[in-house]
Amino acid sequence: MILQSDIVLLLPEITLLSLACAVLIIDTFSRDPLRNVTYLLGQLSLLITAILVIYLYPDETTYAFGNSFVSDSMSTVLKAVICVITFVVFLYSHDYLKKHEWMKGEYFVLGLFAVLGMMVMVSAYSLLIVYLGLELLSLSLYAMVAMHRESQSASEAAMKYFVLGSMASGMLLYGISILYGVTGSLELDALAIQISEHSEHGILLVFGLVFVIVGIAFKLGAVPFHMWIPDVYQGAPTSVTLFISSAPKIAAFAMAIRLLVNGMHPLLGDWQEILIILSVLSMATGNIIAISQSNIKRMLAYSTIAHIGFLLLGLLSGSQEGFAAAMFYVITYALMSTGAFGIVILLSRRGFESDNLDDIKGLAERNPWFAFIMLILMFSLTGAPPFLGFWAKWFVLKEVVASGYVWLAAVAVLFAIIGAYYYIRIVKLMYFDKPETMTAIKASQQMRFALSINGLALLIIGLMPGLLMSLCITALVQ
Amino acid sequence: MIVLSDVLILAAILFCISVAGIFINRKNVIILLMCIELMLLSVNMNFIAFSHFLHDINGQVFVFFILTVAAAESAIGLAILVVLFRNRQTINVDDLDTMKG
Repeated sequence: MILQSDIVLLLPEITLLSLACAVLIIDTFSRDPLRNVTYLLGQLSLLITAILVIYLYPDETTYAFGNSFVSDSMSTVLKAVICVITFVVFLYSHDYLKKHEWMKGEYFVLGLFAVLGMMVMVSAYSLLIVYLGLELLSLSLYAMVAMHRESQSASEAAMKYFVLGSMASGMLLYGISILYGVTGSLELDALAIQISEHSEHGILLVFGLVFVIVGIAFKLGAVPFHMWIPDVYQGAPTSVTLFISSAPKIAAFAMAIRLLVNGMHPLLGDWQEILIILSVLSMATGNIIAISQSNIKRMLAYSTIAHIGFLLLGLLSGSQEGFAAAMFYVITYALMSTGAFGIVILLSRRGFESDNLDDIKGLAERNPWFAFIMLILMFSLTGAPPFLGFWAKWFVLKEVVASGYVWLAAVAVLFAIIGAYYYIRIVKLMYFDKPETMTAIKASQQMRFALSINGLALLIIGLMPGLLMSLCITALVQ
Repeated sequence: MIVLSDVLILAAILFCISVAGIFINRKNVIILLMCIELMLLSVNMNFIAFSHFLHDINGQVFVFFILTVAAAESAIGLAILVVLFRNRQTINVDDLDTMKG
């Protein structure tokens, strides 16, 4: 029986679905080549959804539809963050699409559906719902990468992303089927109880767990399941890369928490060991290969992989505070990556992607303000105090040390120092090299304003990290 | 009499064939799409077998959802394939290597 209270819990998702469908239909009949109506309605939908999410903040953890959907503080915070980040992403993308005279309403419609998928993933409390949310997100992203139909690299990237992504979904499903077979349940709470009761089937459970982790690691982009990230980031149009690199990472983090912590906490010792390997490999591969890149988008792709390694450190420390630190990290990362790709969009112009390291030379002469914003972003990605990126790394490392893996923290710091090289190289190119061209930077007022706020936010929140951290702690410790 | 392990072994063999197909195949992208489909179907077999032997209906419901998603997935896969062929005039897996690094 479906109760009215169940429907109320789902109101943000239902609203977003209806609005996304409405935007799709309105876009079909729109004759405006600039697609302003689609863009504004898309932004409005995100705002309405975010307000609903915050308005429906639950006093306690509430379940709906036979324990398959959950609404708790974590889901509320992450959904609100996803909506806000996507709002900023749409704002930057609108500028990109207009600049490249490639305005497509589908970008915003697919983006809205992807947000719906992410919201379902964040709130999912049954293996079936996790899978459905994940597929809604992935299918929207495949289509977005391939949206630039005349671009050879975009279609190649889309094909690679599609094949590898579907294979990862298949692996995840195989793992889910084994877990279902051993425990006979799909709800995550029941799964955790059954796992602790069926400890005699330990080998089978770990067999299923490994496949599930492959699926999660692929969606996050951890080594050795990272092959798609560099090609997709480089091949996709920058507006799509911007989207893929920000909000979906938050959703993948939520999926990891739901599956590993809510569903398989009794297997903590087993998944901790697997995550240690993934984390060390990700930090090593990401930071070392990024040094040799000459394309900014590809370099940031390897930097993503390195950051995912850090994120996994928080997860594998296994305590509530560790998960809170990982959540802090993923939100910080989404902010930084939005800003960094925002700068790449800002520098591009019609028929010129501006994605080579040489294109950023002498930015300080061309536009001192945005060179300064890029400086903040790069130092924050490096993890230099007092920027937000420093606190993200600090909290994660603190929890890793607290859980007894001192050597792991030392390895992480070592790789972070190696990583500093390629971030600071960008600062050197901006401030100490001569610009190759003095073309004026063309961007709308909103874009300039949002990008400035985005960069300064890293500095301002970095000066008082306690606020965001206490938000993460309340979200995870109930 | 068919027991649970027989079905599971068959499903595992199908799964391995599909993974091997994705990695070994260097000729044709369409074969990759077929392998992905086979992978999902082998998972379906797992679910149906467990559902039958556990006397629990949830597994069969899951299968219906997987079938629906698989249909949507192959639609998008084929659409990407058409775009790729228009741009490249080839669907050879080995030719998908313009990006390196």
